[in-house]
Amino acid sequence: MAFSHLLELENVHTELSLAEGTLRAVDGVSLTIDAGETLGIVGESGSGKSMTALSIMRLLPRSGRIVEGSIRFKDRVLSDLSEDEMEAIRGTEMAMIFQDPMTSLNPVYRTGWQVGEPLRIHRHVGSGEAIATATDLFRQVGIPDARSRVRHFPHMLSGGMRQRAMIAMGLSMSPSLLIADEPTTALDVTIQAQILDLLRRLNREYGTATILITHNLGVVAGMCDRVIVMYAGRIVEQGRTEDVFSHPEHPYTWSLLRSIPRLDAEPHEPLTPIEGSPPDMVHLPAGCKFQPRCPFAVARCSREEPSLLQVRDQLARCWVTQAGTELNG
Amino acid sequence: MAEPLIEVRGLKTWFPVRSGVVSRITGHVRAVDGVDLTISQGETLGLVGESGCGKSTLGRSILRLVEPTAGEVYFRGKNILRLRRGGMRRIRREMAIIFQDPFASLDPRQTVGDILGEALDIHRLTSTRRGRAQRIAELLGLVGLSSDLAGRYPHEFSGGQRQRIGIARALAVEPLFIVCDEPISALDVSIQAQIINLLEHLQEQLHLTYLFIAHDLSVVKHISDRVAVMYVGKVVEVSPAGDLYRRPRHPYTGSLLSAIPIPDPRLERSRERIILKGDVASALDPPSGCRFRTRCFKAQPRCAESEPPLDTVNQGDHQAACYYPLA
Repeated sequence: MAFSHLLELENVHTELSLAEGTLRAVDGVSLTIDAGETLGIVGESGSGKSMTALSIMRLLPRSGRIVEGSIRFKDRVLSDLSEDEMEAIRGTEMAMIFQDPMTSLNPVYRTGWQVGEPLRIHRHVGSGEAIATATDLFRQVGIPDARSRVRHFPHMLSGGMRQRAMIAMGLSMSPSLLIADEPTTALDVTIQAQILDLLRRLNREYGTATILITHNLGVVAGMCDRVIVMYAGRIVEQGRTEDVFSHPEHPYTWSLLRSIPRLDAEPHEPLTPIEGSPPDMVHLPAGCKFQPRCPFAVARCSREEPSLLQVRDQLARCWVTQAGTELNG
Repeated sequence: MAEPLIEVRGLKTWFPVRSGVVSRITGHVRAVDGVDLTISQGETLGLVGESGCGKSTLGRSILRLVEPTAGEVYFRGKNILRLRRGGMRRIRREMAIIFQDPFASLDPRQTVGDILGEALDIHRLTSTRRGRAQRIAELLGLVGLSSDLAGRYPHEFSGGQRQRIGIARALAVEPLFIVCDEPISALDVSIQAQIINLLEHLQEQLHLTYLFIAHDLSVVKHISDRVAVMYVGKVVEVSPAGDLYRRPRHPYTGSLLSAIPIPDPRLERSRERIILKGDVASALDPPSGCRFRTRCFKAQPRCAESEPPLDTVNQGDHQAACYYPLA
């Protein structure tokens, strides 16, 4: 059936017009997510993972534009909607939480007022009831002493508590899709563990579909059913988390997994670094975008760009693995 | 065990908090609040803890980049907190620091050659222009950069290359000891291993001693010989790296380790996790007794009454400050 997925992106291209030229931030991304699922999007800064999220939410910066492709959410094509219609969906049916809660909460309003805002605007509830609901949400996300915390301004809360307040705001309308963009990157590990535990619980209890954007492969391993790996605005690998981690079929994923120190490795166990630097998005190389850093590259890789095709249990954008070569090690 | 290069005893670094119209001192942030540590010649001591625990302040206090409030820091047997300017200047040549943010720590108006040359000039390490240029080329070579790049400015380099320049600057004075303060946390994931490998390689080649400060326990485990764990101004556990990770004894270390995600879906999903309650205690007004007791799942009344000392727990060199250590 055509509309069977909760969210479906088809061949989405998003461009940013910069002084240096046009930057293809998202270059032909297709993905789906269903109710109750947690999808991870991994990549480094500039890989296009956040721009993909902002394209879905239609919250692109002024210089950004979706130039091609379609985004369907439930039965609607989002690009067909007016800004008012989109506004009605944001915060109610889909919500986004950001990396830095200090810059995304308004410093001059009390936290409870902000968390209750979607209810006042979209459900037209009174401010008393909105505060009561906000207090209840604070309790659900584990903010201690919720009754007094709703009266506090953002700067009076710790980083972990502000991030919980953001999550509470995202959840206030029980959205069917939650997009979390690096929700724990600015937090300490013990607080990260608390927040991830909370997201896991929400996903389990309410069936909220979650897109988790992160650069942390460990977070993906613990949280996500499926994972998408992005490089230079493209999906380079996509599949079930177990498959991608146990036998990566794109050299970038393969290299990334070998380059990070792991807690379950012995001290001083050698790391294999990825050579070179992340790509210059305005002047991308010809052919495969990872090819200049790839230990497996063959002549064809610098001439033609591979497509995202089935390789064993997942999809990979790589000439080498598509030809049947196994990435060793 | 090798000769201790650095010995820290009872070190305290407090920052006054002022308030009111006359800026009276109303309290102190006890960033470092009574730390004892030894760093042996040639080893890497990892220092971990969450933001605000005082790990960076401890690193800077050892170098006297911030002035400690009390205690002693012995560098090759000499208490450097007693040294006056001239004496300290001689010692400075033997110590260096690498900062977290290679974007903020390099002057954008200086060329790479000038940045490296400055350290050489201050300590009069080269006497001729040719010698200076040669040494700059040599330093760039050490960190894996081409010597042709000496005329370029920091903005022309990527994050990873800029961190290499930061490392070259630290090496300019030929130090024995380097404080690495979160040297890879600002870098892209795919670049981090390059810098870790470079630091390890340089240590071997130049017989360096590192204090490696980081919040990422996986990185610290990888690079360290011994690891010290800090919580609100105190070292709560110190141990050889392997032993600490195999058998953490302080409940805080146990919960930190269980919170680190491992990039292996099967392992990660079957792990038992200790989820702590609440937030880190305040260094302005730390709890009585053990500072971790307000979040600790093993806390007893005794923990509020007196502060547990750092005692040997496992065999050998493993110490923890806890009355009820983990099994």
